[in-house]
Amino acid sequence: MATTAVATPVVRENYLNTNYGIKSWLLTTDHKRIAILYLISITLMFFIGGFFATLIRLELLTPQGDLMTADTYNKVFTMHGIVMVFFFLIPSIPATLGNFLIPMMIGAKDLAFPRINLLSWYIYIVSAALMIYVIVNGGVDTGWTFYTPFSTTYSNTNVFLAGIAIFINGFSSILTGLNFIVTLHRMRAPGMTWSRLPLFCWSHYATSVIQVLGTPVIAITLALVAIERLWHIGIFDPKVGGDPVLFQHMFWFYSHPAVYIMILPSMAVMSEIITCFSRKRIFGYAFVALASIGIAVLGFLVWAHHMFVAGISAYAALVFSLLSYFVAVPSAIKVFNWTATMYKGNVSLRTPMLYALGFIGLFTIGGMTGLFLANLGIDPHVTDTYFVVAHFHFIMVGGAVMAYLGGLHFWWPKMTGRMYNELWGKVAAFLIFAGFNLTFLPQFILGYTGMPRRYHAYVPEFQVLNVLSTAGASILALGYLLPLIYFLSSLRNGPIAGDNPWAAQGLEWKTASPPPTFNFEETPVVTWEAYDYEDLPKEVPVVS
Amino acid sequence: MFSNLPLWPSQASSLSGNVDLLYIFLILVTGLFTILVFAVVIFFAWKYRQAPDRHATQIEGSNALEATWTLIPFGIFMIMFVWGAAVYMRGVQPPPNAMEVYVVGKQWMWKLEHPEGVREINTLHVPVGKDVRLTMISQDVIHSFYVPAFRMKQDVLPGRYTTMWFHATKTGHYHLFCAEYCGTLHSGMIGEVVVMEPNEYQAWLSGNVNTGTLAMSGEKTFAELGCSSCHRSDTQGRGPDLAGLYGKPVALDNGTTVLADDNYLRDSILNPGSKIVSGFKPIMPTYNGIVNEEQLLSLVSYIKSLSQPQQGQPAAAPASVPLHTGRTQAPSAGNTKVK
Amino acid sequence: MSASTTEAVAQHSLQHHFSTMEQQRESTTLGMWIFLVTEIMFFGGLFTAYLVYRLAHPDVWEYASRHEMEFWLGTINTTILLCSSLTVALSVHAIQLGHRKLCAILLFITVLMGCGFLVVKGFEYHKHYVDGSVPGPWWHMHVERPDGSTMPAPNTYQLFFYLYFVMTGLHALHVTIGIVLLAIIGLWAWQGKYTAEYHNPVHISGLYWHFVDLVWIFLFPLLYLIAGK
Repeated sequence: MATTAVATPVVRENYLNTNYGIKSWLLTTDHKRIAILYLISITLMFFIGGFFATLIRLELLTPQGDLMTADTYNKVFTMHGIVMVFFFLIPSIPATLGNFLIPMMIGAKDLAFPRINLLSWYIYIVSAALMIYVIVNGGVDTGWTFYTPFSTTYSNTNVFLAGIAIFINGFSSILTGLNFIVTLHRMRAPGMTWSRLPLFCWSHYATSVIQVLGTPVIAITLALVAIERLWHIGIFDPKVGGDPVLFQHMFWFYSHPAVYIMILPSMAVMSEIITCFSRKRIFGYAFVALASIGIAVLGFLVWAHHMFVAGISAYAALVFSLLSYFVAVPSAIKVFNWTATMYKGNVSLRTPMLYALGFIGLFTIGGMTGLFLANLGIDPHVTDTYFVVAHFHFIMVGGAVMAYLGGLHFWWPKMTGRMYNELWGKVAAFLIFAGFNLTFLPQFILGYTGMPRRYHAYVPEFQVLNVLSTAGASILALGYLLPLIYFLSSLRNGPIAGDNPWAAQGLEWKTASPPPTFNFEETPVVTWEAYDYEDLPKEVPVVS
Repeated sequence: MFSNLPLWPSQASSLSGNVDLLYIFLILVTGLFTILVFAVVIFFAWKYRQAPDRHATQIEGSNALEATWTLIPFGIFMIMFVWGAAVYMRGVQPPPNAMEVYVVGKQWMWKLEHPEGVREINTLHVPVGKDVRLTMISQDVIHSFYVPAFRMKQDVLPGRYTTMWFHATKTGHYHLFCAEYCGTLHSGMIGEVVVMEPNEYQAWLSGNVNTGTLAMSGEKTFAELGCSSCHRSDTQGRGPDLAGLYGKPVALDNGTTVLADDNYLRDSILNPGSKIVSGFKPIMPTYNGIVNEEQLLSLVSYIKSLSQPQQGQPAAAPASVPLHTGRTQAPSAGNTKVK
Repeated sequence: MSASTTEAVAQHSLQHHFSTMEQQRESTTLGMWIFLVTEIMFFGGLFTAYLVYRLAHPDVWEYASRHEMEFWLGTINTTILLCSSLTVALSVHAIQLGHRKLCAILLFITVLMGCGFLVVKGFEYHKHYVDGSVPGPWWHMHVERPDGSTMPAPNTYQLFFYLYFVMTGLHALHVTIGIVLLAIIGLWAWQGKYTAEYHNPVHISGLYWHFVDLVWIFLFPLLYLIAGK
């Protein structure tokens, strides 16, 4: 229901005002407060990672390595990768939106293990602090992939501490996943069957399964690298008969499913936004739900497609290429179902929907280029080039970050009780979309023409495309700064949002904005299907 | 294209055209689907845009549609896979009688050695129209030998040989890049492949030979290190006779059989205790730390030369090895190769 | 304890976000099972590396297992852990019947057995150190050739011992954590915190201990029993 700004609004008890003081936040067990703590932390890490990205693109304006030394550049791209992957993308949607919304979406008072939820945030903070310490004290230059024997024997940087930081960070991820799985199994309100669950929950369930099964493997792998650093003896060292390629197998066994940890929550957000802004139930609920599970399962079977030229046998390459084509299918199914959801809808193009449509476009391009990389005829040429860099940025940035921003805009009024400025929202969305494409489309061409990745200096003929890419990056950076400003500004100046400013379906919209500490006045009893937009207002209300 | 805005790499090998054709096919198919998705999304966003008289129609789904847009993409993906696999299998199986070149990668340069004894740094001269097989190893970290014009790269590993082959089809100078991050000067580990007319190549070769062939230098090392005291062609040898060994199966004392390829020879010098030839005692000392990669390549080259009628001719690459690129066939592979 | 007291203990233990004790019990049990799955994946990486290298160097593995592993110490440790799993299972059974003190005593016995395991492991590690089988700067292992002479062990033996120390070391770390956990639970059981109605923490701690035992059941044959005796 639309509300106009009231001079002195009646303020009910909610999770934000229920008590004040730093201790009440740092010792909270309320999943909503923990979500906000995460939001602040990962935003900080995002801008740190973005700072490194800026340095990279500035250096690559010219073919020569003239902005910084080669060693510094190698540290910069390494830390860009580590910070963005482990400290931003992996936690982003699950730890902020997932934490905030999952208990509400299922009609529960909190997650199954609220104290473990807080513990997972503290573990994240400790690991982030350690990583920042590494950054400030000489950095690490192995690439976020830590390939041996460079990382174990040859690098002269803080490999040990960086490995420990990521090791610790992994437990934050594992505990979040464990919490979500138990919550979804055991904390659903009466009547909330699996087939009535919002797809947001299905996707997060699949994500959590991957987190729980995959993260321990990167943990033990990096622990082995750390031991090898410390005592100069290990199993990845050819001098004692160890195999550096074994490291790659163990590393990618996690790191490939990790990319699905990064994209499944984005898909979760998509299902919620597209249904609301088309005023329709999702097309093919069961297929979208099962596609999430399919992605999680198949995602564990394709890791060596990162290793086609690493020295694996041709047989292995054939198998992993085939399986990689299998895993593309469920993602395609989801894109088609979201598109079909818009058919005969009543589509409103507010900021969250702009991000959602942008996601569909850019994720499609990213996914299509994945088909190139899965292809054994093409991959030996384009692997380890900017083609791969472009591919994964399309998915991670054009996909995951856009979905994250879309979700933030969609649930901002629920989390804060305030509405952001819609005009600025749209401006930022367009800047981000345009800036993103200009940054990364040229990189496909750079890759196919042969520019390898992680190059500090490059041959002069690659300059024009690099300049285009940097130009795009500057627009993208501006686009990212805008939401930081207008979101913060909305906390003080934004119009008060009502309980359900979007007239959306979902239990989270049936309670106040911001919600009370225990989410619901009374435990809901669910008797309706997910995305039951039949009886809701036929269009998204305008909030002044 | 434009020299300062390349939009497509040169095609300079027999593989390049095949890869490019497949690439264009993929661009067309994925481009079509991408445009389709964009078009439908934009069309729906426009056609069903919010209007006062519009009411959304709730649609549960359609199994027929789901099946269609599952099976059609799956079918297309399978075509992509099969075509790609075909191109790949051609690309990783070196033809027999290919010309050999040895590559040693190290931080941060490429060392190339022709069997005739010519050594190059960061530049590889090859004749056009001939199959060339590279046998490569790293002295330190993982590198990757990448020639965009040939549409092929192969990681160069410490501890075992990997192989790559090409058939250059156009003369010229082509970029050579290291494509696996290897430290400080990773982006400086670049050079070029110079493809020449066969007669020019011969001229270049003979003009640059100032030492003996690689096999000859290997023969010298073989004697200097005392290998010949055990590995003899008469029956007095405490070690197996190496004449005619390369490319043949070898029976080990544990009942298995391995193929005597480049990796087997290298492993036998560095880690002789790991595979004992049937009928011999495990008494060969290890040369780990005594020989460097280049000496190893020259020894391997020498031993290979003992397997042809005439010295100086390249030995036949071991048959049916390629599916395990440069690796022995036996299950208990020597220096721990992970498939 | 009287029925009303045990009920009071149970209600007092219901956390605010759960609606019923049953929901809490099921959730915490599921949570522990999922945690144990993560532990399987964690150890799994090491078992994978073991598998790869054993297939590559079967002779090294066989020699090291036959000559360097102490079969009897390993067997004693296996027996200790198996018995400790029995005592922990009995402790859960005891508290199911409301026998608080018996439950606590059985947990303390389990703790003692866990400590015994670590002591034996300590002896083994010391012997390996003396024999020079600790990889790295302390390595000076020798192997016997078929003709009876000895030679320095080839480097691939360091692979075996590296995996031996990391796998058993990680396991010993988990045994230690289990000892601390069971000691605390045992203390609380002694103090009356658990009843026949409410004792899930005892149950799930027992699950953890069984897992630790199970990892050893795999480690023992893979490290100690490769060669026929």
